[in-house]
Amino acid sequence: MRNVSALVFASGLAFLLMVIAWQFTVGAAPMLVGEAILQQAASELGSANLVTSVVLGYRGIDTLGEIAILFTASTATALVLSSISDKPSSKNNTEIRDKGTILSSSASLFFPLLITLGLYIVMHGHLTPGGGFQGGVILAAAFFLPLLAVPGRGVNHSGLALVEGFSGAAFIVIGIIALFQGNAFLQPLWGHGEMGSLLSAGSLPLLYAAVGLKVGAELSGLLAQLGNITESEEDSQTESTSTKQTTMQAENK
Amino acid sequence: MIWIIAIMVFIMLTSAIAVLLVDSLVSAIAATSAISLALSVIFVILKAPDVAMTEVVVGSGLSSVILALALYRISTNTSVQNKQQEQRDA
Repeated sequence: MRNVSALVFASGLAFLLMVIAWQFTVGAAPMLVGEAILQQAASELGSANLVTSVVLGYRGIDTLGEIAILFTASTATALVLSSISDKPSSKNNTEIRDKGTILSSSASLFFPLLITLGLYIVMHGHLTPGGGFQGGVILAAAFFLPLLAVPGRGVNHSGLALVEGFSGAAFIVIGIIALFQGNAFLQPLWGHGEMGSLLSAGSLPLLYAAVGLKVGAELSGLLAQLGNITESEEDSQTESTSTKQTTMQAENK
Repeated sequence: MIWIIAIMVFIMLTSAIAVLLVDSLVSAIAATSAISLALSVIFVILKAPDVAMTEVVVGSGLSSVILALALYRISTNTSVQNKQQEQRDA
């Protein structure tokens, strides 16, 4: 059985390599929609970054689905992680421990830079490459960095949940506003302005801001939970070693 | 241009093999993020800066951080369990 699967895998790999080597024409894709979008997008939506006009304008419902998938995945991960360590946080958690000068000072140096970079990428998603997803991940990394430098510092999980819920609702509300104005769901609104300026492309920057805040809040909550759990595990580990030492001492006596 | 792509593919293949062969798991995580970095250079050359940015941020940054945190969690968890086991044995 294992030989058969290895044979199938090897023949598939050989076929792929042959396709690349001799450049077989495995059917030509018609690309009707792609060419139509390439020709119309600039005049229809006014977004200088064509990818954004596809991601939010022509394929907005796909983006809503992606956000929903990310939300579901992070919720499930949080559920699993919280059920694993259901222990009450020990007193050590409030105590702030130092993780070295290099990490702590570089964390406080990079935090504002990363915040600025993340917000820039989110806000210029309709002008330059990047957008809500990339900028959101950078924002999450920015908020995780001080947590890494000073572990045990509490995270405002309810605030993160508030930001996430608000931005997710904002995305859907913008879509519903389009519905009320007689357009399709999530259709871009409010004209397209002057291409290349910050306030252009109608509702696309707002949608990308919502995506960026949502992704950033979800991922920083996830990272904080992973990091905090390792902290509480470490505490329980030190506690168990100390209890072990005390029992050993008792046995020695 | 083709030479840059060839070098990047070589880096990707060597780090992908290194993931399998390296002893330390932390080095394996670093090698996976090296794969993503080289791949993002190829994406830039293929004129897909959006995808390259996502690849750098998610593939090379976030996923390796999550892998490293999971590794740390597993190691502390198993050491706690080992200690509890030792306690029970003692």
